[in-house]
Amino acid sequence: MVAGSAAAPLPRPHIRESFGDRVFLICVTAFLTIILLVVLYPLIYVISSSFSSGQAVTTGKVWLLPVEPTLHGYRTAFAYPQILRGFQNSVIYTAFGTLINVVMTILIAYPLSRRDFYGRKVIMMGLVFTMMFYGGLIPTYLTVRAVGILNTRLAMVVPQALAVWQVIIARTFFQSTIADELVEAADIDGCSDVGFVWSVVLPLSKPIIAVLVLLYAVGHWNAYFDALVYLHQTDLFPLQIILRNVLILNDATRATMRASEEIAREGLIDILKYAVIVIASVPVMILYPFAQKHFVKGVMIGSLKG
Amino acid sequence: MGNVETAGALRVEAAGTQSVVKRKTPWVKIRRHWQYYLMAALPLTYLVVFKYIPMVGAQIAFRDFSPVEGIWGSEWVGLEHFLLFFKSPNFIPLIRNVVSINVLVMTLGFVAPIILALALNELRNVAFKRTVQMVTYFPHFISTVVMASMIILFLNPRVGFAGNLARLLGWEPVDFMGISAAFPWIYVFSEIWQRSGFGAIIYMAALAGINPELYEAARIDGASRLQKIRHIDLTGILPTIIILLILQSGEVMNLGFEKVFLLQNPLNLPNSEVIATYVYKIGLINASFSFGAAVGLFNSVINFFLIIIINSIARRVSEHSLW
Repeated sequence: MVAGSAAAPLPRPHIRESFGDRVFLICVTAFLTIILLVVLYPLIYVISSSFSSGQAVTTGKVWLLPVEPTLHGYRTAFAYPQILRGFQNSVIYTAFGTLINVVMTILIAYPLSRRDFYGRKVIMMGLVFTMMFYGGLIPTYLTVRAVGILNTRLAMVVPQALAVWQVIIARTFFQSTIADELVEAADIDGCSDVGFVWSVVLPLSKPIIAVLVLLYAVGHWNAYFDALVYLHQTDLFPLQIILRNVLILNDATRATMRASEEIAREGLIDILKYAVIVIASVPVMILYPFAQKHFVKGVMIGSLKG
Repeated sequence: MGNVETAGALRVEAAGTQSVVKRKTPWVKIRRHWQYYLMAALPLTYLVVFKYIPMVGAQIAFRDFSPVEGIWGSEWVGLEHFLLFFKSPNFIPLIRNVVSINVLVMTLGFVAPIILALALNELRNVAFKRTVQMVTYFPHFISTVVMASMIILFLNPRVGFAGNLARLLGWEPVDFMGISAAFPWIYVFSEIWQRSGFGAIIYMAALAGINPELYEAARIDGASRLQKIRHIDLTGILPTIIILLILQSGEVMNLGFEKVFLLQNPLNLPNSEVIATYVYKIGLINASFSFGAAVGLFNSVINFFLIIIINSIARRVSEHSLW
């Protein structure tokens, strides 16, 4: 982009592209077009299949657009009470989990961004160390059990209340946007540290809060493993666990079915699966245009540390 | 992390602020900003309870955990669980699977976003570039469960896309998920499909930060596009590449074990069982807490040293490193 924009307004003859360079550019464009199609095609295929008839999917008639369009897959999906339940649970976990995450992240990241926070190096090291060394699944499970939140909704939000990477991003942001002079000025005016965070830092931190909300929210929405480990009560399951039961474990039961039954039901099962995939991804798809911008920003802030 | 500290310090020095540095005893500093500690108290409690207590709890790897006695009351058995693991017939296959999947992840998987970023960087058509970025970022937001089921659905030889394509071309459909040896490839190619676009962002940022004068000079010297990529682009993003390589090495032992777990089936298990999934099955499902903790601890320790070793190699050969 840098090279391109510099070259465009100055079409001097001696810097015109050589034949080899033009061929190279064509190859790059062709390469990226192929990448584009390879990434896009499965997404289109899933959406088209979800709107096609079961028979069209199983007999391999769907290639690009829906064949024999129907909402049968979606109707079957919404007839599953667990899917609706899981959807509700996931919304709860995502909303509360993200709220806790963002509050916790700011509470630790702000002090860590101040050079007059005595002990910040030790705390930072303690934080980073948890990224490098993991106590292990079993000891973590035993701790969660000892805390007494196993098989409760809290198990979905408390054990992952903070992500170190996000703390680093937020700290980097505070370091570069909240000047020491500002802190000192507030201090002279008799503003307490907590008051300063509330009335000055937070209003200035909207971009980073957006980044944190999105990073954490997508994480919560897509997480399944904690639920698998910490929950066994079906009505607490988040959507991803229900999805796993419908989409993946279903394959195991299929093997035990009789062949004739199997072929008859396979079509419906397949479009149900595609429909469920689309339903589960809709919230993310709606957020995507907004999220994309902020995620890119988040990655950029994170990369400053390098 | 150290880099941030020095960068911050340099910036402050350059700005010429001298107000902060005064000799004070720790106690005075702490009292002056006691509210910082108030704010940090809750997150620190979280860290201690959910990160550090499990590290202490990992000692059950050296004990025979009994639910009645608890962690501290259970009997010491030394290295018994570790020796049991090393001698078990599962040990070699587990290590082999972790290594073979990671070789692909660290080579093909690691290079893919770099190539994508370099290619995108060559484009001048902004609309096309935006489109490619917009589309390639998207799969990153698909959940692991959905991703794994898409893979399973697509590769189904009877009703999936792969089967249909094979029949269209007149080939015999192949059940890829049933071929154990294909597992690492399925894993890494799906990973490339899902993550390369997003992984390219950070390299795009690094490329945007390269001094434009370098390109100017290269053009005057008559460098071709390929030469510019090799000598300016690649050199420019080398620090980023190294940092990401070190960070990636932190993931080696756990890889995307959530995805691995979902893709497992009885047929591909010989190539898809990795230590992290084994810990879950043996430790939690079979409730062999101590044995599971021992295997998990082995995993964590290897991972820890891997990060240290790769970081120190990077520091020695390239002067770029995480600390």
